[in-house]
Amino acid sequence: MSDHKTIKITVLRYRPEEEDAPTEQTYEVEFRDDWVVLDALNHIKDHIDGTLSFRWSCRMGVCGSCGMMVNGEPKLTCAAMLRDYYPKEVRVEPLVNFPIVRDLVTDMTDFMDKLKAVKPWIIREEEKPVSEGEYRQTPDQLKDYKQFSQCINCMLCYAACPVYGLEHDFVGPAAIALGHRYNLDSRDEGIQQRQHVIASKEGIWECTYVGECSVVCPKHVDPAEAIQQTKVATTTNRFKSLVMPWGNKT
Amino acid sequence: MNIPMHDVLLVGGGGAGLRAAIAASETYRGADIGVVSKVYPMRSHTVSAEGGTAAVMREDDNLDLHAYDTIKGSDFLCDQDVVEAFVKEAVDEVIQLEHWGCPWSRDEDGRVSVRAFGGMSVKRTLYAADKTGFHMLHALFQTSLKYDAITRYDEWFVTSLLVEDGRVCGVTALNIRSGNIHAIGAKSVIICTGGAGKIFPFTTNAAIKNGDGMALAYRIGCPLKDLEFVQYHPTGLPGTGILMTEASRGEGGHLVNSQGERYLSEYVPGKMELGPRDILSRSFIHEERKDNVFKGPDGSYVHLDLRHLGEKIIDERLPFVRELTRNYVGIDPVYEPIPVRPVVHYCMGGVHTDINGATPIPGLYAAGEAACVSLNGANRLGSNSLTECLVFGARAGQVAAQHAADTDFADSASMARMAQDEQKRIETQFFGTNGKERVANIRDDLRKTMEEGAGIFRTEDALKTTCDTIRTLKERYKNIGIDDHSRVFNTDLVNALELGYMLDVAEGLAHSALLRRESRGSHARSDYEERDDENFLKHSLAYQTDGDPRIEYLPVTLTRWEPEERTY
Repeated sequence: MSDHKTIKITVLRYRPEEEDAPTEQTYEVEFRDDWVVLDALNHIKDHIDGTLSFRWSCRMGVCGSCGMMVNGEPKLTCAAMLRDYYPKEVRVEPLVNFPIVRDLVTDMTDFMDKLKAVKPWIIREEEKPVSEGEYRQTPDQLKDYKQFSQCINCMLCYAACPVYGLEHDFVGPAAIALGHRYNLDSRDEGIQQRQHVIASKEGIWECTYVGECSVVCPKHVDPAEAIQQTKVATTTNRFKSLVMPWGNKT
Repeated sequence: MNIPMHDVLLVGGGGAGLRAAIAASETYRGADIGVVSKVYPMRSHTVSAEGGTAAVMREDDNLDLHAYDTIKGSDFLCDQDVVEAFVKEAVDEVIQLEHWGCPWSRDEDGRVSVRAFGGMSVKRTLYAADKTGFHMLHALFQTSLKYDAITRYDEWFVTSLLVEDGRVCGVTALNIRSGNIHAIGAKSVIICTGGAGKIFPFTTNAAIKNGDGMALAYRIGCPLKDLEFVQYHPTGLPGTGILMTEASRGEGGHLVNSQGERYLSEYVPGKMELGPRDILSRSFIHEERKDNVFKGPDGSYVHLDLRHLGEKIIDERLPFVRELTRNYVGIDPVYEPIPVRPVVHYCMGGVHTDINGATPIPGLYAAGEAACVSLNGANRLGSNSLTECLVFGARAGQVAAQHAADTDFADSASMARMAQDEQKRIETQFFGTNGKERVANIRDDLRKTMEEGAGIFRTEDALKTTCDTIRTLKERYKNIGIDDHSRVFNTDLVNALELGYMLDVAEGLAHSALLRRESRGSHARSDYEERDDENFLKHSLAYQTDGDPRIEYLPVTLTRWEPEERTY
């Protein structure tokens, strides 16, 4: 055993039934070259301390459950290789800018409400019956919004966003990107219904374009681009609505 | 005690559950729908499905051909009336999903694209690059947000089904965040909790797939059907089990052994890489026995070679494969072959239902991988399962809503008492004792014995050992001790409860496999190598008893296709 390499994992602990404020705890685990940070957390939970709580599921970077701060950066812990930190200690904390429920588990209720507020579904003035078949959509039309449909709701962008950290009314990067995704979809006619949320003061205009959301996004959604595109389109539309009061999607 | 009541209650919020919830609310206007899920619905394992969704969309295809491919793929153990309904309704369901915003990949003319898939005679698999499940799940979840009739219980974990006068009338559930057990009343309950791949050590399945809903049904006397049929996907990454989609072969990828040969020419010459999964997974074992495989730290493997497809096709149609291999094994498939080996992927068996998703227990329904509606028989064809979630999720939602319209709620006082009893049971079992057995140790031993006895090839002796071991593990489980005795977000407790479900499903699976003395589809018995239609052209039904499960049988429904030899 003695020649096994080990690595120290320090995690933030918070047990609301026992303590008023977060503390930290350090575990020493075997270092394995093929492990991700999440594997080390699972090793701790299974074999050292079953009281450590965190969320995870797919372990392949698509379910969006296991976002945490790793050495101060928002990361999917299932995609953060331990070897990228070894031999230094790894610090794991819950995503910042969210209330902590317990240990590494945060409260994402606020995002769920904001997601619903941007109406992330296809809105049509008249629904086409299924019997009439699919809507035609060319690969180019698909490309217009595809990138913004890749959001896995992992919350890393909210943890990275300095504006959300200060101003919790801000709709935030992921929800705006998803609203924008539907606005850009050739099948959708709901832009007007989303604008009072997305183009509001708490929407795009709150963003100071720091761009950290796009830097940390594990799926290259580029929410900052969605916000920028919406700002431009909204400005254009405001102008257009003066001369063409019926509005229109661009 | 104020008990929430819903006309229809979903247990599970993945592809099948969300489709059922929407169908229920559209069938019975004014119906009140609840969705209980132990994770936020968009975390459900549907999210990991990659390759696509099958439906007849083109002129060169027809419903009978899709039906025949499915029936042959199932090794004739599916119910043919179910298959006929499935292929017909699949078409409307994928179009419905298109109308709900699913970003299907498209042809130049704007039609949804279709690709080739294993065991399908023509291109009929719709796809959204290689993140089809992800896009389907998010389209369904985001669409479900517009239905005010749907109330969600996110991160609530169902611990039992409530039964009164022989019918299901609700559930008890742990609110993971508060640690309290609540009763939720319902006229109809639909189980959509997915499969049980995590009872095996090496699987593409997410951590949440522990057979919860199967065990919940099993515990109230509902049979689990055809549990012995477990699909190994032929191409998972060694070690992690991360799925390399079948679409990578559908798009033209090759499987190559250590001799540099496309070895499938020996086993499925007519289909090669597009053969069905059961046969491809067995072919790997044959190659392993011939020492024609590569050796690595995580076991032997062969190569999935995509290099000849070129960067453009890979990026356009298989971007997730490239992302995963780069991140997890440091390999770029544009330049290097990918190491792959068979890995547990899908449970053909599950909660026994009829063609509408109704179980034999009044008020209880099931759909998706948790259910066995008998679409997949002994081996599922790739890309039929996402469609299954849509077609049979919708059917179950409709039928459950109709049932709810004609039914009254059970007495809330008695449900409140049942919830109190459940809280006591859980506190006594997990907090009241100083048990010495760790969850992870029993779980690891279970996974090991499942692989040894109920893996790709099975024998009487190995299965008997597995059955014995599971019996011992169930005894050890009674002496379980958990570290965490607090209430708020106690995942130690959730894991312990999940382990109880895993043991129940494993028991039913191993005993069903022991008694099926033939080889059919994914169930390959080295001691009974032939399919035996005379004795086993029938479904197994596992019933829980105080001792070993009781296994009964049910005839297979044949309509227009006589069983024939299954060669490709």
